[in-house]
Amino acid sequence: MTPLDPPNPPLTRKDFTSDQEVRWCPGCGDYAILAAVQRMLPELGVRRENTVFISGIGCSSRFPYYMNTYGFHTIHGRAPAVATGLKLANPQLDVWLITGDGDGLSIGGNHLIHVLRRNLNLQIILFNNRIYGLTKGQYSPTSLLGKRSPSSPMGSVDNPIAPAAFALGCGARFVARGVDTDAKNLINTLKRAHEFQGTGFVEVFQNCPVFNDGAFDHFTAKDVAAQQQLHLEHGKPMRFGDGKGLRLRPGSLDIEVVTVGENEVTEADLLVHDETNRSQAFLLANLDPPTFPVAVGVLFCSDENLVPFEVGTHEQNKQARARGLGDLNALMRKGHTWKVDADHGDEAG
Amino acid sequence: MDTFASTNSTSQRELIESVVIRFAGDSGDGMQLTGSQFSDTTALMGNDLSTLPDFPAEIRAPAGTTFGVSGFQVHFAAHDIMTPGDAPDVLVAMNPAALKVNLRDLKPGGLLVVNTGAFTAGNLKKAGYDKNPLDDSSLDGYRLLKIDITKHTLQSVESFGLGNKEAVRAKNMWTLGLMMWMFGRERESTAEWLRGKFAKNPAVADANIAALNAGHVYGETAEMPQGIHAYEVPKAKLQEGHYRNVTGNEATAWGLLAGGKLAGLELMLGSYPITPASTILHYLSNLRAYGITTFQAEDEIAAVCAAIGASYAGALGITTTSGPGLALKTEAIGLAVTTELPLIIVDVQRGGPSTGLPTKTEQSDLLFAIYGRNGDCPLVVLAASTPGDCFTMAIEAVRLATKYMTPVILLTDGFLANSAEPWKIPDISSFEPFPVKQRTDPVGFHPFLRDPQTLARNWAIPGTPGLEHRIGGLEKSYDSGNISYDPDNHHKMVKVRAAKVAGVAEDVPLQAIDQGEDSGDLLVVGWGSTFGAISSAVLGARKAGLKVSHAHIRYMHPMPKNLGEVLRRFKHVLVPEMNNGMLVKILRSDFLIDARGLNKIAGQPFKIAEIEAEIRGLLASS
Repeated sequence: MTPLDPPNPPLTRKDFTSDQEVRWCPGCGDYAILAAVQRMLPELGVRRENTVFISGIGCSSRFPYYMNTYGFHTIHGRAPAVATGLKLANPQLDVWLITGDGDGLSIGGNHLIHVLRRNLNLQIILFNNRIYGLTKGQYSPTSLLGKRSPSSPMGSVDNPIAPAAFALGCGARFVARGVDTDAKNLINTLKRAHEFQGTGFVEVFQNCPVFNDGAFDHFTAKDVAAQQQLHLEHGKPMRFGDGKGLRLRPGSLDIEVVTVGENEVTEADLLVHDETNRSQAFLLANLDPPTFPVAVGVLFCSDENLVPFEVGTHEQNKQARARGLGDLNALMRKGHTWKVDADHGDEAG
Repeated sequence: MDTFASTNSTSQRELIESVVIRFAGDSGDGMQLTGSQFSDTTALMGNDLSTLPDFPAEIRAPAGTTFGVSGFQVHFAAHDIMTPGDAPDVLVAMNPAALKVNLRDLKPGGLLVVNTGAFTAGNLKKAGYDKNPLDDSSLDGYRLLKIDITKHTLQSVESFGLGNKEAVRAKNMWTLGLMMWMFGRERESTAEWLRGKFAKNPAVADANIAALNAGHVYGETAEMPQGIHAYEVPKAKLQEGHYRNVTGNEATAWGLLAGGKLAGLELMLGSYPITPASTILHYLSNLRAYGITTFQAEDEIAAVCAAIGASYAGALGITTTSGPGLALKTEAIGLAVTTELPLIIVDVQRGGPSTGLPTKTEQSDLLFAIYGRNGDCPLVVLAASTPGDCFTMAIEAVRLATKYMTPVILLTDGFLANSAEPWKIPDISSFEPFPVKQRTDPVGFHPFLRDPQTLARNWAIPGTPGLEHRIGGLEKSYDSGNISYDPDNHHKMVKVRAAKVAGVAEDVPLQAIDQGEDSGDLLVVGWGSTFGAISSAVLGARKAGLKVSHAHIRYMHPMPKNLGEVLRRFKHVLVPEMNNGMLVKILRSDFLIDARGLNKIAGQPFKIAEIEAEIRGLLASS
């Protein structure tokens, strides 16, 4: 993909804001994510006409209506498939796929698997609020066990899925996490996803103030965030909170929390984040409070350079068309054909 | 070629006008191949022909069983023919199961060729025979030619050093050689085909060619029983031109490419393998040099959604499927209807409901194609009537989808998909191009601005500066394209989408009478692959002096605007369909006429005689 020249003069956040009234509930985490994206795009130097937001169904999937770019609000769960066709038809487009925990992991789980393993060059932002919002509060595939909701009045017995671990299992090559209200880190993470040549998958913990308020407070609230979040940086030791860190429990493949300076633990014992290590990313994707901090930032960024699906497809097209577009008239006359002349017709008649 | 020089000696051949041969054997016996090679050669020799492949859904059903029997029927003639023939004149049965399944169709007194080598106790038992039918009088009503084809084949390939399994496999070529002798067919094109197919294994190619020749020599030299000899079917009178055999799926693939060229658009096929549509995906995947990108999606829904995404991006999205796949795609098709994007859905109909009869033909998706979506959700539905017509109707699908910004469903069926007929190869340059203009002008733009004539919205594609916009499945304001929940606006939008599709009727040919007068006692109305059978039946009835005509509908929705008028000029209307009564229901409800149905839901095409009998019965009782 040849990068287009950045717009001149540079665009502002306002240029990416559509004239449509935003209709999310007051206090919804979606507002913060929308603002972060609208702030980030001018910094990326991308063009509005080349940018497409594609979504499925759900609260988060209203997102494209609020972006002054191209946008397609499709049907429930199918945004990855629509985006795949869009990229195949025009690989030059810069595509952002907006989905949620229900849209992406329940009804659209199959398509999410395949867009991730095919490594199409696009970005996926999965808004995870652990609840169905637009249908009024039923439990979702990321709702925790015991979650009481209109469809699980006695508490959910439906074992939840971890989106980042799911993505890694699908063969995703870029997996990251952010928090709706942490704009600075979210923007940096989204930029990394955009830079990645392949599918950039970003799970955003997003608060639903109406049906699942405070679902992530135990690690996102101001007073606990530092203690309960591990901000990953490639090549840096995994430190969080007051002198705490992560290390591999000696003789195992398990991670444990340690305190530097206690029990002879030194900085050198801590795990160093290697974002190109898929196994380590798996461990990080499955860390849960209260025992562990929640890992945010870039969990995994493959250095294997798998050719994105649409790029590979177009390379084949190019190969097939090396001698120009085929002549259909000639094609239909290849192989076993025969001619009937006028004489023969008369003769047989 | 010298080696084949004696093939056409006609000195002792009996001249016949037409013949129907059915090759039948185990699904691993290579009967489809035998039949298609025989057909290709027959076409090259100037006969008109029509074929009916009939195979089980299992790839290799247990050998010797009746449900594993695969058949290929070919009808060829010295005159114009339109069906694969009601009943075979010749049945080639490679084993007892093939005999058991097919004998009931063979004409009384017909020629029955059997491979006695396969009539072992074990095979007889598997086929359900208590005793060997070759040994009693049960086949007395037929001209029986008993040959140990297995033994002769093994002898003919002995010198090539093949393993027993491979050697026995050549028996279909031996049989083909024998039938080519009997009907005076050239062997060279089959030999050439074998050399190509086994290019990497010349010994296998040579052995198969040897078997082919040996079967032929057997015919020439062996003493045949009384009443069995060689025939000649003279060339048919075909219109001047360049011909080839074509199946419906091939013609569909080429028609889509031709449509893309005429529209000036790149095509994008999203498809998921399903019988009997898969070969369209195969053909097009091989033809990417001709302006198409192909994508095998993870499921039927993804296939259509990717096509929709491609259309949104400015290519023409296509998806190919069969009944169960169409069911899965319905929600997405609704999205394409409401976002008013062009989209082609090819439905190669098969026996239903549910998984139904995957390899058998049926016309039972008509009501589903026209009405089967949530909401008021109109789109254009077309139906091809012959294998060659699939080409023309695929072009029509592209033309209408792009001109009216609408999904178009093209209905074909399993019979059309696999059946071959000689086809006068069209010249693409003789078709009127219909170049598509996508919007670039930002002045006054909104995504649902409509052409006042066609009511089509303007097609604005990502990448175009100044036309950034959002579309989706929610209802849109008529005036701006933005989301609207306004009651009057929704009413207006439902009406305008319906009016747009209804307006297509102004842009399609008037309904013609395909055969007969434009008024009379009876009009037989058909659609789809029943064309040949209805046409032949009407011809027969007219020869007997009956006042019958035939009209075949290709534009199923909207229908040609003169159709009601055409129907009302006849006292009776008969609608033969391979379903439980679908077109007849539409004609009755749309035109308030007392149309009657003739329904065959057997997974098999109509026989001419079945329709002709109904015509005679209906006119006799009226």
